[in-house]
Amino acid sequence: MSIEVRNVTKTFGPFAALRDVSLEVQTGELVALLGPSGSGKTTLLRIIAGLEVPNRGSVFFHGEDATDRRVQERRVGFVFQHYALFRHMTVFENVAFGLRVMRRSVRPAGAEIRQRVHRLLELVQLEWLAERYPTQLSGGQRQRVALARALAVEPKVLLLDEPFGALDAQVRQELRRWLRRLHNEIHVTGVLVTHDQEEALEVADRVVVMNAGRIEQMGTPEDVFHHPANEFVLNFLGHVNVFHGRAEGSKAIFGTLAVDFPDAPPTGSLELRGFVRPHDLELDRTPSADALLEGTIVRIHAAAPQVKIEVLSTAGESIHVESSQERYRAQGWSVGQRVYVRPREIRVFGNGQPARPATPRRTDVVGMSSET
Amino acid sequence: MASAPAEIAIPPAAARATAEPALVRRVLIGVALVFLGLFLLLPLATVFAQALERGVATYFAALTEPVAWAAIKLTLLTAAIVVPLNTVFGVAAAWAIAKFEFRGKSLLITLIDLPFAVSPVIAGLIYVLLFGMRGWFGPWLGAHDIQIIFAVPGIVLATLFVTCPLVARELIPLMQAQGREDEEAAVVLGARGWQTFWRVTLPNIKWGLLYGVILCNARAMGEFGAVSVVSGHIRGLTNTLTLHVEVLYNEYNFAGAFAVASLLALLSLVTLAARSLVEWKTQRVSAVERVTDEH
Repeated sequence: MSIEVRNVTKTFGPFAALRDVSLEVQTGELVALLGPSGSGKTTLLRIIAGLEVPNRGSVFFHGEDATDRRVQERRVGFVFQHYALFRHMTVFENVAFGLRVMRRSVRPAGAEIRQRVHRLLELVQLEWLAERYPTQLSGGQRQRVALARALAVEPKVLLLDEPFGALDAQVRQELRRWLRRLHNEIHVTGVLVTHDQEEALEVADRVVVMNAGRIEQMGTPEDVFHHPANEFVLNFLGHVNVFHGRAEGSKAIFGTLAVDFPDAPPTGSLELRGFVRPHDLELDRTPSADALLEGTIVRIHAAAPQVKIEVLSTAGESIHVESSQERYRAQGWSVGQRVYVRPREIRVFGNGQPARPATPRRTDVVGMSSET
Repeated sequence: MASAPAEIAIPPAAARATAEPALVRRVLIGVALVFLGLFLLLPLATVFAQALERGVATYFAALTEPVAWAAIKLTLLTAAIVVPLNTVFGVAAAWAIAKFEFRGKSLLITLIDLPFAVSPVIAGLIYVLLFGMRGWFGPWLGAHDIQIIFAVPGIVLATLFVTCPLVARELIPLMQAQGREDEEAAVVLGARGWQTFWRVTLPNIKWGLLYGVILCNARAMGEFGAVSVVSGHIRGLTNTLTLHVEVLYNEYNFAGAFAVASLLALLSLVTLAARSLVEWKTQRVSAVERVTDEH
């Protein structure tokens, strides 16, 4: 079932949680709402579920207006961050709850409920825990029970609110892959809320980046990662180095580096910011025309798939560089060495005023890239 | 009763590190015991000793004489009306306060606390002023031949007023701590209002509710001040147990007064035991949750 959110605005007192947000989710798609806390992503999810009523705007399920439909009638599955399992019921009874509260005319018979619950517990690989109570389970197990419970009523839409937020990193990794596999299997339309960009990029078919009650960008994971629409998205999707520069003539000047910059203003100079991801930075022993600045290696963290090198520039900025293990070993870097930092790709944004990451606006995106 | 989870939680080394020297410990425990003995156990023992002073036969005679029996029945009747009403009110008020946002919420919380702040005698007087012969509704009630003051309805009303915060006060913090998520989960799964209440909310609060009901019952049966004002002390008709004790005592019938008092004391002991049991049960539940949450 497809979901459409049209021009939804929601305020809590003076705080605007959502400002005129519109979003479409296709049938069978898994969409991630990604953003920092307070960006409105959970509010949007709760409005889709019917747990919150929008001040303005509407929600459509499969083309039908569902804005005024009651929660009970929306047939959505909702998975809460803190599981919200009924602690006085066994795992079995938790999963069976949605079936047991159905109207008598549509409620399945006892034997069928048993069968369906066991099938669901099998699906989440927890059949052996059916008679346990939630307090006797680990966090990851509880979240899988919560998922089975949500799926029991055969929802047309599955909504997940930071489902792995309360779990430790390893369990999170595991559950993330498992969720992706599960989604491929049952193919229910899904919306997942997360503040973890890695999670969103890995699990979702499409990522919606939100900030301050607005949608900043929508697109496939590759799209938003490789072609961020603005500074906020760029900043939010992983670590990024920021360099300050100026536009002069048709060039953008960053330290000792000048790159082509066709959108220069007719008069005066424009302040610019250049963004480079750590893995797009190279280190050289000798200066070159493409080098951005000079610095000293202050820290090397090599106990990871990617070697992380921190360089302190002569101007006192801290720059993060990532390099593959092979390259790092071939180049033989050590702490204290003088290096020249050279970007392979630099994204330039400028709007004539200082960057305000809290309220980024999509004005004057004069971005371009310079391949070396 | 708190020692079981505490022993699990604190490793022996840590317990030793924070412990006081043995002498200090013994003196503190000694002081507490002497205090308890003087001010609690001794009076309690006196009640039973005095009650049985003239023998078991007198004791039971004092309890089974018609006037005493009427007082027992009146007390039980009052509790039987007041406790269910306050339970319903307490659950409704706590639910509204903990699960919804609305205007005047803090005013409601303050109002619920009002009976605690007001002296019981004043509480009784309020009803006399409202429903007494010369009160606001007095003439109308008189014309329709309805008697509230110096009758059973007045006693019930006064007791209701005095005990109304007990259940709500017990439930509000509990329900606030539990939040709305469980109910939201139930509603999303298709449960209607009553189903959510019976299947999710009530089981979540049952121990706190029971605790509140026990306290409410104890207070309803033991209330003296407010009831004394509205009762009129009509023997065999409007005397509750506490009032009956006073009457007997004022008549220098000490054996009878203490015999009836021993009934009330017994009630407190039963209440205490029930309370401890419920407390032990809730602590065990939350201890289990705490231990498993750390996994």
